[in-house]
Amino acid sequence: MANLVARTACEGFLPVTIGSVSLSEVVIEKMASVAPFKGKEGAVSTALKEACDIAFPAPNRTTSKGGARAIWAGQGRANVIGCDLPDLAGLAAVTDQADGVAAVKIEGDAAEAVLARLVPLDLRAASFKRGHTARSLVNHMTASITRLGPKSFEVMVMRSMAQTLVHELTEAAEGVAARG
Amino acid sequence: MRIAGKGLIDTSKTVSFSFDGRRIEGAEGDTVTSALLANDIRLVARSFKYHRPRGILTAGSEEPNALVTTGSGAGAEPNVRATMVEIHEGLEVKSQNRWPSLGFDVLSVNDLAAPFFGAGFYYKTFMWPGALWEKLYEPLIRRAAGLGALSGDNNEDRYERAYAFCDLLVIGAGPAGLMAALTAARAGADVILADEDSRMGGRLLAECEEIDGKPGHIWAAEAVAELAGMENVRLMPRTTVTGAYDQGTYGALERVGLHKAADGHLPRECFWRIVARRSILAAGALERPIAFPDNDRPGIMNAGAVRAYLNRWGVAAGKRVAVYGNNDGAHQTARDLMDAGVEVAAVIDSRKDASVALDAPVITGGRVIATSGRLGLEEITVATGSGQERLKVDCLAVSGGWNPTVHLACHMNGRPVWDEAIQSFVPKAGMIPGMEAAGAANGVFSTAGCLADGAKAGEAAAADLGKKASKTKMPKASDSAYRLEPLWVVEGKGRQWLDFQNDVTVKDVRLAAKENYRSVEHMKRYTTQGMAPDQGKNSNVGALAVLADATGRGIPETGTTTYRPPFVPVSIAAMGAGAQGKGFAPQRFTTSHAASVERGAPMIEAGMWYRPSYFPRPGEKTWRQACDREVTMVREAVGICDVSTLGKIDVQGPDAAAFLDFVYTNTMSTLPVGKVRYGLMLREDGHVMDDGTCARFGEGHFVITTTTAAAALVMRHLEFVAQGLRPDLDVQLVSVTEQWAQFGVVGPKSRDLLNDLLDAPISDETLPYMGHQAAQVMGVRGRLFRISFSGEHAYELAVPARFGEALYRVLVARAEMLGGGAYGMEALNVLRIEKGHITHAEIHGRTTAFDIGFDKMISRKKDCVGQKMAAREGMVEESREQLVGLKPVGAVKQLTAGAHIFVEDAQAKRENDQGYVTSVCYSPTVQSFLGLGFLKNGRARYGERVRLVDHLRGVEAVCEVVNPVFFDPEGGRLRG
Repeated sequence: MANLVARTACEGFLPVTIGSVSLSEVVIEKMASVAPFKGKEGAVSTALKEACDIAFPAPNRTTSKGGARAIWAGQGRANVIGCDLPDLAGLAAVTDQADGVAAVKIEGDAAEAVLARLVPLDLRAASFKRGHTARSLVNHMTASITRLGPKSFEVMVMRSMAQTLVHELTEAAEGVAARG
Repeated sequence: MRIAGKGLIDTSKTVSFSFDGRRIEGAEGDTVTSALLANDIRLVARSFKYHRPRGILTAGSEEPNALVTTGSGAGAEPNVRATMVEIHEGLEVKSQNRWPSLGFDVLSVNDLAAPFFGAGFYYKTFMWPGALWEKLYEPLIRRAAGLGALSGDNNEDRYERAYAFCDLLVIGAGPAGLMAALTAARAGADVILADEDSRMGGRLLAECEEIDGKPGHIWAAEAVAELAGMENVRLMPRTTVTGAYDQGTYGALERVGLHKAADGHLPRECFWRIVARRSILAAGALERPIAFPDNDRPGIMNAGAVRAYLNRWGVAAGKRVAVYGNNDGAHQTARDLMDAGVEVAAVIDSRKDASVALDAPVITGGRVIATSGRLGLEEITVATGSGQERLKVDCLAVSGGWNPTVHLACHMNGRPVWDEAIQSFVPKAGMIPGMEAAGAANGVFSTAGCLADGAKAGEAAAADLGKKASKTKMPKASDSAYRLEPLWVVEGKGRQWLDFQNDVTVKDVRLAAKENYRSVEHMKRYTTQGMAPDQGKNSNVGALAVLADATGRGIPETGTTTYRPPFVPVSIAAMGAGAQGKGFAPQRFTTSHAASVERGAPMIEAGMWYRPSYFPRPGEKTWRQACDREVTMVREAVGICDVSTLGKIDVQGPDAAAFLDFVYTNTMSTLPVGKVRYGLMLREDGHVMDDGTCARFGEGHFVITTTTAAAALVMRHLEFVAQGLRPDLDVQLVSVTEQWAQFGVVGPKSRDLLNDLLDAPISDETLPYMGHQAAQVMGVRGRLFRISFSGEHAYELAVPARFGEALYRVLVARAEMLGGGAYGMEALNVLRIEKGHITHAEIHGRTTAFDIGFDKMISRKKDCVGQKMAAREGMVEESREQLVGLKPVGAVKQLTAGAHIFVEDAQAKRENDQGYVTSVCYSPTVQSFLGLGFLKNGRARYGERVRLVDHLRGVEAVCEVVNPVFFDPEGGRLRG
């Protein structure tokens, strides 16, 4: 029997370049939400460290090593990306989330200016450094926003909102680009 | 009249625009008002109430008279202050509130009737009969009074919203603001400098003054250039800070593209939210007029504005000008005009002892007591002390002193303090946390004083921010004293205008006092002084002085009214930018969206999701035909429906079962692993919140479903319970709605279809009704649930969302081979009504478990949210409206949801109301219309005939009350 063909969340409408920013999809093969049970935070972090070489992140922070990343995702939970999780039975609630999000990388000189049209946070490099993350809004959508580098950010929203995310980012980028 | 060699703009570059259809030529850098004055046009507008001819009073955003409409069509913008509009090729400007033309305005008859139209006229006159107010008086008054109008069309122009953050926000880029910004920025602070003008420099662009031996505007340009070169500075010209809010947040409106022809994606305006740790208010001061008789004729202008037009735009506001003031500053206007070769007819100084060193006729102790000229000033009459003198002039430059622009400092309800020396209000410390005023906004009126005050404020802000400012070398500038003697009102024949924008006179304010509206807030409301977009920029202090005098109190004792944000009008388009069209709300698309659209399905919104309504096939002319076919297809073969939009919540933890027992009315802790149970949740007030299924995956692992519409509501509720009500339980909740694409495979052939696709076939034994298991489908690991919303033998198959589209296409193709196919929301609804299943049409927030017949689902063996409240007196009474089925008796064209239920022969009026209809459909299975509704004591009334009356749509039907399960009440089909 033929296999089912997989589609990514932003397939068909990314990448695009508008002015000095480019939007591209971050394809996530593996991602799990890890939410430690009461009193198990330390044990979970230790297990993660052993298996993936990354600690459980502090609030508003990410940890990463090699291809593995952990992005703080709200009170008492993180999304662990790009590694096979150790057995956390009895330690944490683990749920697959790789298909639940649309992740877009926004990169370029105007990346910060574009996000300033949509995200009500202080994303200046001095206050929102590489590796910092926040749960916030992209216009009307709840989103996870992470700084990847001096001119690049990763924005994650619910998968079903991929088109709206691209629409919002595109419109904001067009406005910024039009200022010249 | 343009004066050759004057001004800071390049007059060799011609730009043309239209004013009331007439082509006007100006120069690059002109505003509409400077260009009109350059063309000797003084009449620009008609006033709000009396349709008085009005001209240009000021050169800034405080302009009360020269309000115009710019643009045309959907994007036309009314009530724009012409002083703030930079001209560009193709700009259309129209005057307002006049018919048929600005020069001849029929409604100027209002002015003749003015003796009747004073403050309070409407309140006193249009009292009775009451009904006429809404129908007659108000529409008439609104038509006669008012300014420009919106087009009423949808404006497609782009606007923008944005956020900015900084250490220090400097508001205003005059001498004080520039020094403050330079000082703080050199110390390393992250600075935003915002100024509402297109060019930074403030009054330095409007005056002939020297700083450090160079013209003031050159010094300003150098300061701006230095700031522009610093990485820690953001310059925001054309940006008016409009409001000061909590936590150091400021609103600001930037005119991004208004000074150009509409240009692709360039926003017209941007509404900024700026968050600053500190701010410096260096917004300058506004000159105030003097209330002398007929002081509103076109050609009567503020003296500082006359200087601004001359020195910045090279325009003389008149050919023969008189200057009238109560302070030394006004003399400069005469000096500048004479230097430019403009004839100054007289300098009238109200102070008897004023020394005026000018080579022009000077009248000290003089007062302007009358003016004339129908559409523009022609003559003034001056009381000289010894007699009267008439002067032919076409411009009168007036200065009654200056008011510090304290508005922003007052936005959090702080009151400014009276400064006797300058006869005006100044901000006091702490009115806005983190804000300090500097320069003219702080009551410092000399250039040298402003520079020093700005530097001081910059240093203080830097120190507050933990930065050390190096010693600032103060530039040299003039430090002339600002001497004035208060002059508020000049008595004489004719109205003395205070608030030009709202047409309020001295007499109105006195009348208010006389009628006992003595409080300043009452006077404001009675007269409308200081209201609306203007917020009393020109008139507040003058009106207070009149009120103080009329009530025998001092000005500080009288106090000010509230200065409200925004400081200048902010277009709703800017505040709501990005929130129309697709930006109104996120669109949520299922993985099967494209496949559904390809099949021609009209998509309908459910929450933010888009779901297929039905799937039309060739030959089907109406939705009903498609819907009927889809229902029959499901009942006889197999149908496919995307149910991914239902909320899915993963519940895990040692106490997961206990937690679910607490949120569901029924018991979930007894559910075996591999089984699914229907569940009902109550709100804390005992009414039904939502229903869904609960599947157990492990000892401490469940996945529950919610309805599409209530997914977020349920998640929020569960989070609240977990964090607030039961923090003792160790449980974690994660939404997995988006992770899984889930499809209903529904109908007698559903298992056959699935067994073709599953790696391991299923049977009644391996997967009985209300069971679930992991399933491998075409190489992908998924989840298979045997549950049913339609009453048929049915499954829901879930796979990770990336495979959703592919699986949906396979399922639909297979179903079609078996005589089935895709079905939409319409058929889904019919199928569930036939089975008497509820949706949020029934659990609409006011119904209880008892009402829907699920009383027994509230377990008494344990506590749960809403249990106690659901048992309250009145919540379980037989007389309550209970869920029933409704089946038409005889021929019926339609049933409608929303109809009310009456006893068959009772009159259809409120007192006889017995209940209402919530859901209706035509059932091809039962071959009848069917309804669900709530009827008083309904379950005891099966068999009774009732009348359904939809007063709104005018539809009536007689129905029999029946059990709400119309089809297969035994449920035999479910078990296959």
